[in-house]
This record gives sequence, C-alpha cells and structure tokens, in this order.
Amino acid sequence: MSLVSEGAEFAGRRVASAGYGPSIASVGDYVALMKPRVMSLVVFTALVGVMIAPGHIHPVIGFTALLCIAVGAGAAGALNMWYDADIDAVMRRTSNRPIPRGRIAPGEALAFGIVLAAFAVGVLGLLVSWLAAALLAFTIFFYVAVYTAWLKRSTPQNIVIGGAAGAFPPIIGWVAATGGISVEPCLLFLIIFFWTPPHFWALSLVRVDDYARARVPMLPVVAGPEETRRKILLYSIGLVPIGAAPWLLGYAQIIYGVSALLAGALMVAFAWRVRRERDGERAERAAHDLFAFSILYLFVLFAVLLVEGGVIGHAV
Amino acid sequence: MDEKPKGIVLSEEQKRSRRARSIAIALALGALVVLFYVVTLVKGPAVLNRPL
Repeated sequence: MSLVSEGAEFAGRRVASAGYGPSIASVGDYVALMKPRVMSLVVFTALVGVMIAPGHIHPVIGFTALLCIAVGAGAAGALNMWYDADIDAVMRRTSNRPIPRGRIAPGEALAFGIVLAAFAVGVLGLLVSWLAAALLAFTIFFYVAVYTAWLKRSTPQNIVIGGAAGAFPPIIGWVAATGGISVEPCLLFLIIFFWTPPHFWALSLVRVDDYARARVPMLPVVAGPEETRRKILLYSIGLVPIGAAPWLLGYAQIIYGVSALLAGALMVAFAWRVRRERDGERAERAAHDLFAFSILYLFVLFAVLLVEGGVIGHAV
Repeated sequence: MDEKPKGIVLSEEQKRSRRARSIAIALALGALVVLFYVVTLVKGPAVLNRPL
C-alpha cells in the first residue's frame, strides 16, 4: 500500500472517529464551516445582480434576498466540507478546517448544512420569489452533488463544469429583483463561469502536491503543469471578449467597456507570465500573482457594473 | 452521602461552547422573527402574494 493511500485512510479514520461525545464546537467553528470568504464573493456578485436589475426593489426585500443567498452559500460550503472531510485532512491548505481538526463532527456539519439550506431556500421563496428560491436550491444541489460528490474526484474538468455553481448568484439576485431572467444576468454568469478555470488552475499549480496527495484529479495532477499553463492562457484570452460583452452588447456603458478590456489585458499578461515562467520560485510566484489578480479582476468588473448600473443607472 | 453523577458529564469547555451555540441559535431565530415582521410591514397585504 502506498504512503499516499495510507495517509488518506488514516485521515478518513480520524474523521470517522470524530463526533462521539459532547461537542466542543464554538460559534466560530460553525462560521468557518460556511466558508465566509467564498460567501463574501457570492454576496457581492449577487448584490450586483440585484442592483443592475431594472425597476425598484424595496431595500428590505433586497437585503432579505442577499441574506438568503449568503446563507445558501454557507450551507453549500458546510455540505462541501462534510463530504470532503477525508481529502481536506490530507491537504495542507484545508487540514485546518473544523472537521479535520476534530472541532465539528461530520454528522453535525451535515445537519447544519441541511438546516441552513432549507431555511435559506424556504425564506427566499416565502419572502421574495419562488423562482429565485428554486435557483438557489439548484445552485446548492449543483455545488454539493454535481461538483463536490461527482466531478471533483472524477475528472480534471471538475472546476470547469463545477464553476457554474459559483456563477449563479448574480442570476438569483436579478430574479429576486425582477421575477424573471434576461440576457444581462446570463452575461454575468458567463463572466464568472469562464473566470473560474484560470483562477483555480493558478491555485492548483501552486498546490499540485496537495491535490496529488489527496488524489484529486486537478488538471496539473492529471495533464501536467505545461498543459495547465496552456489552458490558463487560452481561458484568459477567451475571458477578454466575454468580460467586455455587457458593453459590446449595449448593456453597460463605456467606463465598463474600458475597465473590462484593460483588466482583461492584464489578466492575459499575468497568464502569459505563468506560461513563460516554468521553474522554481519564479513559476510559483507567477501562478500566485495570477490567482491574486484574478480576484481583483472579477471585483473590478462587478464593482464598475455596480456603479454604472446600480448608482448611475438608477439616478438617471 | 456523596453520589457520583450519572450519564455524560460535560467539561467546562463543553459547557461554555454549548452555551455560546445556544445563544447564537437564539439570536438567529430572533433575527428570523424580526425579518418576517419587517417584511410583513413592508409588503402589507401583498405578503400573501408570492409570485414565481
């Protein structure tokens, strides 16, 4: 038996043995279980969906929608940590999560996630819109069942297809505000969908040993760093017109168009650096820089949309 | 006579964390009640109208 599988088995036993006896989990452990940093990005993109939607939504209803989307994202995070506890335990990046650390038992995390998901979907349906609630339920299902339980451990395309889960929040926000779907939120969906692969592949280049140890078939593990670098560059080039699409199709103003093109050009430049720097610390630094810039890229695009559509648009 | 406690005896840390969790659940439920109350005020009779 290899060291890798022994490590995974040991971690699995450690996780499975946790949870007998009274819990010592703190409130902070449960907050960590909800992946607060992921939640903040989800809330921000959903906020843009709410704010750029035509018409008026009462601030209390808008707040309720965002709260439910945030809690739904937290539920998905908790269910993801419940299912992935075995591989989290053998990866350095995730070994400090509440379940591998033995702070929360897997059963507690499962119950917490299910209850949160039920409340988030139910309250969104009762107080805002059942279509938005159905989309939120589908997003949670997609993230937990399709991405976490199925794709993540079975294909290097895991984060390509699974990226759809992270791309839904602006659509849910738009639906909460308008009651229907149209082209604009679908463009926001496409931006996040095509942004996800270069973002996560840049991270996986830095953490390739971690993923290999956990036997997660991320692209650099399966196809190697060279192929990953090539695909990062291709997706980054493809992201430029998709990022600018809201302006090209007449849904956003010139400030957005210029911002999207500039940010897209920088994203390609960072991806090109990743392609060029192949060895040692410089390669790691290039991948890390692309990962960090990709977060800024998404933030800038959505922030400009928010200012243009939400503030300027509603003021006109 | 000194009787030994029966069943599971919680440690001080377990008691503290249970109390903190209980307070957090109470606050969350309280917030939910306030949320439903405020939305009912905002929507008025339309609160019963729940479009798709």
